[in-house]
Amino acid sequence: MGFELGTRLYGDQTRPRVGFFTDTSICIGCKACEVACKEWNEIPASPNGFTGDSYDNTVDLGADTWRHVAFVEQRKPLDAGHDGGTLAQAAALGSFAGDTGLQTYQDGDGMRWLMASDVCKHCTHAACLEVCPTGALFRTEFGTVVVQEDICNGCGYCVPACPFGVLDQRQEDGRVWKCTLCYDRLKDDKEPACAQACPTNSIQFGELADLRERAESRLATLQDAGLAEARLYGADEDDGVGGFGAFFLLLDEPEVYGLPPDPVDTTRDLGAIWAAAGGAAAALGGALAAAVLWRRA
Amino acid sequence: MSARPALGATQPRSRAVLKEPVWTPEIPLYFYTGGLAGASAGLGLLSDLRGEGVLARRAWSLALAGSVVSPALLISDLGVPRRFLHMLRLFKVTSPMSVGSWILAAFGAATAPAALHSLGGGRLGAAGRAAQVASALLGLPLSSYTAALIADTAVPAWHEARRELPFLFAAGAAASAGAACTMLSPVVHAQPARRLVVGGAAVEAAVAFGMERRLRALGVGGGYDEVAGLNRAATALTLAGAALIAARGRSRPASVAGGLLVSAGAIAERWTVFQAGKRSALRPEDTVGPQRTRVERDLSRGAARARARAAR
Repeated sequence: MGFELGTRLYGDQTRPRVGFFTDTSICIGCKACEVACKEWNEIPASPNGFTGDSYDNTVDLGADTWRHVAFVEQRKPLDAGHDGGTLAQAAALGSFAGDTGLQTYQDGDGMRWLMASDVCKHCTHAACLEVCPTGALFRTEFGTVVVQEDICNGCGYCVPACPFGVLDQRQEDGRVWKCTLCYDRLKDDKEPACAQACPTNSIQFGELADLRERAESRLATLQDAGLAEARLYGADEDDGVGGFGAFFLLLDEPEVYGLPPDPVDTTRDLGAIWAAAGGAAAALGGALAAAVLWRRA
Repeated sequence: MSARPALGATQPRSRAVLKEPVWTPEIPLYFYTGGLAGASAGLGLLSDLRGEGVLARRAWSLALAGSVVSPALLISDLGVPRRFLHMLRLFKVTSPMSVGSWILAAFGAATAPAALHSLGGGRLGAAGRAAQVASALLGLPLSSYTAALIADTAVPAWHEARRELPFLFAAGAAASAGAACTMLSPVVHAQPARRLVVGGAAVEAAVAFGMERRLRALGVGGGYDEVAGLNRAATALTLAGAALIAARGRSRPASVAGGLLVSAGAIAERWTVFQAGKRSALRPEDTVGPQRTRVERDLSRGAARARARAAR
């Protein structure tokens, strides 16, 4: 992999970078990942009640939600007579689902139902880790990003730094929490709880290099089948965060799923930020000197 | 294989992409007290050097008060306050909060002897003067790093204002220190403080105007629009106070009233920036819009780097 993550510091304990490939085209929205994650990591309940927003009562990732199954339920112009769609097209969609194993479209009723299990992206350039003042957030020997709960002092800086809104502060104890990619299980050579629980293998765990190959091949299958909107999200090392450790196959633009289309690690602009802060400090010095020392002739 | 019908227009999800910053009101208040203390230390040193002992003692008292109150505000904001010392586990240049914690700690350590030196009539000798120089120099970045801190986030209204925010905060610090010293000092000694008020307030208002205009042009000004009343009040307070001091600075009541107005304006301005950022984070259109524009114009980070590689 092109970018050096810094895992070399672990010496002979360094492990190949691992991650998730979440293939949303075969997600059935069962939320087994959410439950397995909560159970294994002993995360407190997050009672949100009913949102009325499809089957999405989890709402978003946060301190007490490290996997979130998004339900995007939209009536798309596929039913007869709407936006030029025809019965033949709607029927074609039904057979399309059968041909590709794609579970996301209901047979011919014009309703599009996207399901996607969202998770911390374990970015190559992780803004949360870079801005963390205490070092509570660190890069593990597996190349993942983890919060040390005995170090975090709840300063909250990582919360607005994350371009995906993954981290949040837990009100009960003041610390921030997020997906650890089951660091404890990795150390025992077990796959993370969500991946193990996923019944359709929509969540695939493995070495990142392997996952990217698998994802490319799955993408090619879907595109050959005519699904032009299918795309990988976060598999490109040239993106604004240097690629994700946990990337996705999506069936539409990222923002349809509530994901940012061009996320950028904020510290990429840190040079300009420090330069402006330094310039402003110098200008303040000049202004103070002028105010005190200047005398009318 | 059957032909696939085309889909209709894409509908973005309407929920926030980013998380709202969890910082409490202590943080914008600290932006004020930290700036006030930082600029006051510089004012104190220069006044001492100039032989303006009356003004210097008041400036150093303000710097000392600010150096005590500021850490208390920051610790009170922490989710786990008893772990405040974890802030000094590392020195991390990629974290403006880490750099700022060290600046504030060093500023506090230097300002106590510096203020004692001034208030005690120079009793600490060369060591006292050295502490004053250190405190005054540390006070300058103390006034502007807080802007770097909020600019170094994904919040559109803060990150896209990364070039303006430090100047806004530094000008606000000058106005705050000037206003406090104007209120506390006899008018015959307060001329440098009045200059700071007028100059700082003018620059603060101008930078804020330019910053908001640019944010709107980038399509991320919505956070400021949501706090428009507060924003207008901050500018009005600052400019009214500065105008009063500029016009009637030789009158004691006018000085006190003007100083109060500018101080209130400085606090309101920081509260505005803070609230605008919180609102901005919760506006998915502000997060997604500029990113979508970059993708469509082939200006995304990935596209830019791919082009650079192709050119090589």
